[in-house]
Amino acid sequence: MSETRTTNVEVRLPSRMGFEKVAMSTAASVAKLMGFREDRVEDLKTAVAEACINAIEHGNRLNEKLSVGVVLSAGEDSLEVKVIDDGKGMKNKQAKPDIDRKMHGEEDPRGMGMFLIQALVDEAEWVAGADGKSSYVRLVIRLDKDQG
Amino acid sequence: MQSETKSHVDQLTSPAGHSVTVLRFEGDIASTSKEAVLGTYQALSKATNKIILLDFTKVDYINSSGIALVIQLLIEAANSGQKVYAYGLSAHFVKVFTMVGITKYAGLFPDQAAALAAL
Repeated sequence: MSETRTTNVEVRLPSRMGFEKVAMSTAASVAKLMGFREDRVEDLKTAVAEACINAIEHGNRLNEKLSVGVVLSAGEDSLEVKVIDDGKGMKNKQAKPDIDRKMHGEEDPRGMGMFLIQALVDEAEWVAGADGKSSYVRLVIRLDKDQG
Repeated sequence: MQSETKSHVDQLTSPAGHSVTVLRFEGDIASTSKEAVLGTYQALSKATNKIILLDFTKVDYINSSGIALVIQLLIEAANSGQKVYAYGLSAHFVKVFTMVGITKYAGLFPDQAAALAAL
């Protein structure tokens, strides 16, 4: 049986807007080390930033006493990112934004984060913490076989 | 932590002779950018600034809150009979703007010369 090697990198962020960029840069560095193409790195950066913004704003409600955990697990052919907060988790997945409804004032111009996350990574799942805390979103991007 | 958004306005004339108002942004476009994005736009006369061109050349980071500000600008512009175009987005943000549907209401161009030539 072959052994799968996983390398973990962890970052803790204060629940303050703007610090999502620290997680974004870290995720980009790990993805580049793994050999992801530049366009996939950009996808990952946006997905990680949006996941962290949700954790800071909705999970931890901008409470600076709480931190957001970001755990990156680099496997042989995929990178998993968990973004953990102290909220109760997301109950519903977000529908695809409807620009016509937004333009006509029938839909909030905001509220695109979860859609972007789902659209930009290969896997995205939201997991509510069993104790009503420590919820997380788990993102995965996979190396294409032809990109080396 | 968020890089402050700077903005300024230039008035240009397209080769076809149309007056074009260029809003140039610099820094991050995020939730803290409301004044730089919407405030700068709202300070313009809607009667005289009929073609608005958004310059993202010096913008590195746009998040969903920043995209929402751009959509709010598009809503106001549509309600005022203004046309909005944009240029200078990276390939990634062209993809993101296309995914969320912004390209239906704001034509995107690679650079200022291409935008002006089309207006």
